[in-house]
Amino acid sequence: MNVTVLAKFVPNPTGTPSLGPDNLLIRDAGDGALDPGDEYGLELALQLVEAGGGEVTVVSMGPAEALAGVQRGLAMGAHRGVLVTDASLRGADALVTARVLAAAVGRIDYDLVIAGVESTDGYTGTMPATLAELLGVAAVTAVRKLEPDGDDFRAERQTESGYDVLTAPKPALITVTAGATQPRYPSLKGIMAAKSKPVETVSAADLGVSDLTPTQTVAAVTDAPAKAGGEIVTGDDAVARIADLLADAKVI
Amino acid sequence: MGATWVYAEVTPDGAHPSALELLTKARGLGGEVAAVALGPGASSTAKELGEHGATMVYASDDQAFADRPGRTAAHTLHALAGQHSPSLILFPGTYEGRDVAGCLQALTGSTLMANATDVESSSRARTEILGGTKIVDVNLAGPEPRLVLVRPKSFPPEPSGGTAEVVAVDAVTPPGATATVVERHAEAASGPKLEEANVVIAGGRGLGGPEPFAMLDDLAAAIGGAAVGASRAAVDAGWVPYAYQVGQTGKTVKPDVYIAAGISGALQHVVGMKGAKRIVAINKDADAPILKIADLGVVGDLFQIVPALTEEVRRRASS
Ligand SMILES: Cc1cc2nc3c(=O)[nH]c(=O)nc-3n(C[C@H](O)[C@H](O)[C@H](O)COP(=O)(O)OP(=O)(O)OC[C@H]3O[C@@H](n4cnc5c(N)ncnc54)[C@H](O)[C@@H]3O)c2cc1C
Ligand SMILES: Nc1ncnc2c1ncn2[C@@H]1O[C@H](COP(=O)(O)O)[C@@H](O)[C@H]1O
Repeated sequence: MNVTVLAKFVPNPTGTPSLGPDNLLIRDAGDGALDPGDEYGLELALQLVEAGGGEVTVVSMGPAEALAGVQRGLAMGAHRGVLVTDASLRGADALVTARVLAAAVGRIDYDLVIAGVESTDGYTGTMPATLAELLGVAAVTAVRKLEPDGDDFRAERQTESGYDVLTAPKPALITVTAGATQPRYPSLKGIMAAKSKPVETVSAADLGVSDLTPTQTVAAVTDAPAKAGGEIVTGDDAVARIADLLADAKVI
Repeated sequence: MGATWVYAEVTPDGAHPSALELLTKARGLGGEVAAVALGPGASSTAKELGEHGATMVYASDDQAFADRPGRTAAHTLHALAGQHSPSLILFPGTYEGRDVAGCLQALTGSTLMANATDVESSSRARTEILGGTKIVDVNLAGPEPRLVLVRPKSFPPEPSGGTAEVVAVDAVTPPGATATVVERHAEAASGPKLEEANVVIAGGRGLGGPEPFAMLDDLAAAIGGAAVGASRAAVDAGWVPYAYQVGQTGKTVKPDVYIAAGISGALQHVVGMKGAKRIVAINKDADAPILKIADLGVVGDLFQIVPALTEEVRRRASS
């Protein structure tokens, strides 16, 4: 089984990213990394091919720096990578991203495409559903467990009140929830091996995608009214102070 | 402006509360307001949708919407939009809303804005980024209908007292493969709903495991009418189910009082609770970001403070 994993390179995933003068996120500040939300899917893909054979391809669209994210996937164990990078993709919205990724993913033989539920920096959470429809494959989002089942996949999908089980014929696309798997750390051997794995770098034009005009543009960014700082208490009267607040709010 | 449609998610309890919020907003945009309700129980939501401003409800009770989610609704909506040409379709920022809107975008090639917190027109909407510290106004362009996913609880729902004309629609069977639901597993919920409770007590990684959540349950019971929630760290660790999760990927809550115990206050958590009237944070780290947004921040050990608070609330109740 061949699995394609979408891997986004995001600025400062564990801190607060910054906006540039053009009101777009600064994506080349040197603090970027593979989106931690994509490591769950990478881990799932590696487990699937370890159990059933096949190859894992990592596909990413982003600035040239995003190569580091692809390499992280290769170091974890993926077999090859594709990086779509093109100055004209800066400021791409979800539709442009889906069109470009559809073209990139469509060139590769796959039984399964895995994405994250939402990216850490963009968090639209809609790109994968758009992509699946453009690829013409069935999609299951918010998957916490997946098993191949003959010509189908059997997926547990997280819901408000528990979970549903869905079946989807191969090839399919899923998004995996954070926590669905325990992503492995790349081993030293994996990091060394990654250096000789094939990575193809392509532009939007190479993929034949020409309509890159975003349909969303930032008109203005303003600071939200700052919240007045509250009071900090320590020590013995803390409990009484919370109880006073509850009484004041008339909830006790 | 042309018509605004609201995608009204249908739940076993009727229309999803977000549908009423979105209709209230849609009424103020000028232009016709209609709702689209698809799935078992859809037609019985029409009254409520009408009362909140939909003059027309396109409804289908077809089981196909529940069994083959996402695509069936998107293709049906695509056909309907082709007939009636709305300018704007508002969706709730739920998993279902995202799936339907995402798929519809591939069919229409129109813009899809996610995480909106306000909508001005079919060509402009607003969102908040960086944990709600920056407000971003976004221009929307391209073919109509423009699609906007709105964060839950962005607007208070207000009835307008109207009635809606119900138009029955047929489910469109999408071409190609669609995933099919074969089993449903629902965990029985107890106590008030997280989104409706007037007090929410949320636990994070600082609780260290599933057992200490019983402490939060005790405090909730002592207060009465309180619900227990959690950070994603606690949910990912498997300590409590996903239904507890507050934040960007979980629920948005706006209670009278929010008590965060052992939660650091990451941007993605804060967006789900910053609308609370009063925020109490209990954290042993004086530098935890949650203390900066708390009305009352307590620096201390939650394992001492929470049980002592439960005692104090009980003592006050009985005196
Ligand atoms: C795309 C995306 C979506 C996300 N969506 C969500 C979401 O919906 N909801 C959400 O919550 N998070 C979400 N997150 C995760 C978020 O970034 C944080 O990782 C998460 O909120 C951290 O949870 P926490 O505060 O419980 O854990 P930590 O950040 O580890 O904080 C634990 C806190 O407990 C305190 N503590 C420890 N022991 C004690 C003690 N004995 N007494 C008192 N305090 C103690 C520590 O000082 C610390 O501040 C999302 C992340 C991403 C990338
Ligand atoms: N530029 C990108 N390159 C690779 N994968 C992406 C990209 N953008 C989004 N994705 C994938 O789509 C998921 C959802 O992204 P989003 O719609 O931005 O929330 C992410 O978790 C990734 O798996």
